[in-house]
Amino acid sequence: MTELIDFISNNIQMIYIVILMIFVGVEVIGHVPAVLHTPLMSGANAIHGVVIIGAILVMLGADPDNTLALALGFVAVLLGTLNVVGGFVVTDRMLEMFKKKK
Amino acid sequence: MEYVLSLEIIYLIASVTYILGLKMLGHPETARRGNLIAATGMTLAILGTIFLYEGEVPGFIYILIAIAIVLGTVLGWLKAKRVQMTKMPELVSLFNGMGGASAALIGLIEFEHYQGNTLSMTTILGGIIIGSISFSGSMIAWGKLNGTFKKPLRLPKYNLLNNLIFLGIIAFAGYMVWSQSGSQLFLYILFFGALAYGVLFVLPIGGADMPVVISLLNSFTGLAAALGGFLYGNMVMLTGGILVGSAGTILTFAMCNAMNRSLVNVIFGGFGDTDSGGESGTGSKMQGDIKKTTISDVAILMNYSKKVIIVPGYGLAVAQAQHAIHELEQLLESKGVEVKYAIHPVAGRMPGHMNVLLAETNVEYNKLAEMEDVNPEFQNTDVVFVVGANDVVNPAAHNDKSSPIYGMPILDVENAKQIIVNKRSMKPGYAGIENELFYNQKTSMLFGDAKGVIQKLIAELKGM
Repeated sequence: MTELIDFISNNIQMIYIVILMIFVGVEVIGHVPAVLHTPLMSGANAIHGVVIIGAILVMLGADPDNTLALALGFVAVLLGTLNVVGGFVVTDRMLEMFKKKK
Repeated sequence: MEYVLSLEIIYLIASVTYILGLKMLGHPETARRGNLIAATGMTLAILGTIFLYEGEVPGFIYILIAIAIVLGTVLGWLKAKRVQMTKMPELVSLFNGMGGASAALIGLIEFEHYQGNTLSMTTILGGIIIGSISFSGSMIAWGKLNGTFKKPLRLPKYNLLNNLIFLGIIAFAGYMVWSQSGSQLFLYILFFGALAYGVLFVLPIGGADMPVVISLLNSFTGLAAALGGFLYGNMVMLTGGILVGSAGTILTFAMCNAMNRSLVNVIFGGFGDTDSGGESGTGSKMQGDIKKTTISDVAILMNYSKKVIIVPGYGLAVAQAQHAIHELEQLLESKGVEVKYAIHPVAGRMPGHMNVLLAETNVEYNKLAEMEDVNPEFQNTDVVFVVGANDVVNPAAHNDKSSPIYGMPILDVENAKQIIVNKRSMKPGYAGIENELFYNQKTSMLFGDAKGVIQKLIAELKGM
């Protein structure tokens, strides 16, 4: 029990962020027309590409002699970039179609 | 200290752009700008992470990072630019899988650095499990959508088996944290176990339910990214990840609602299985015969109609007949026929996909009618042309309480004077149930691939 309380008080800021972000996510998606579900999912898909930040941090902090870690980190950065760039570009292409109609 | 501070500010700005971007993506007028804003925030965060990093890093590591980013940018850009509109859903799945794999790899590398710290270890193993499931699951979803795996594969008692495997993975991870075992062998057993679970999780689910699955895996990847943020105390990963995790979950439920299905139903079976016609469950055999018609009959019928409504569906997307249908529409309009499209919210391969497809062909926006607006119009319509749609026009949603789609809002095409249904065969749609519309007195069936049929119709009409 004390461990749990310690955990909460040590990480209180992050816990706040997690809880608030959950509500923000719910609110933001709230009443979106079904027409936009596909682009929205694609856009959200691009945003979780933020995992690339972690991959970059792994590389920056890696031991220069640890070849395995560097190799895996390289792949992680590569895949993360694919997620980010591909995700945003494909979303833009979907939305470009919506734009033309006017 | 100064550097850390400005990096924190960049992360703060980036977090705001994600929220703003996602919010703007929810409105047609602002959607594109929203996407650009989020992309800008992401670029800032990435550049900031690289250039404001504190600490000595050998030059070759920077070069490696640069190569990975340039390579990923070029590949991702080309892939996204070149993909056909009908293939977009599977591409989203592919990119989602990349993110999941990235999260899992981070965990694999960091495992040895956080030995002995229970909280960090839990975060790392959680990231590996969720990221791996998201990766392998997305790859299967991608394969299903592009037709590599056509049939849902179901092991005997797959639900029980899958749940046991999942519990096994959790228990094993729990043991690893508890025993503080730094064993690399255990780590890779966990990794491959989670990969296998992702495969088994998605394999039994039918191709038509993949949008829901992708949306769910999308929120998984968000969660995996957030766990990475927790590990590093990195705010932008935390906010972005949780935001997507939460928004993705809501989106998943919204998609299920639009199809009048529950998430449990999608995951644990029922229908959603495009290839099994035998699961109707209602037991009531359809009465009467279907009526077949020919291209020239349909052409004559349309030529002398005042008003035609086209109902496009999954079949049109699969046949890539969107350009052909637009040509047909323009031809009919030039002959003085009023033409409209009736768009069901879940028509196509994904919710809203049909709008994207038809917008691609420059169909005028005011010709795309939404369900609620167009339903009262059917009674004044001479011909309804149903192209590759099935469940969204099935009257069982109104009449048959025992039907799995009972209660789903549908297009009331049976109110029109004549109904022409184009399908490849009498195979049921993804709900796996019969459609009494096809046996309606007013309905004629026009069998064949949507694109071929429409092109022949155009040729016939031109000759009149």
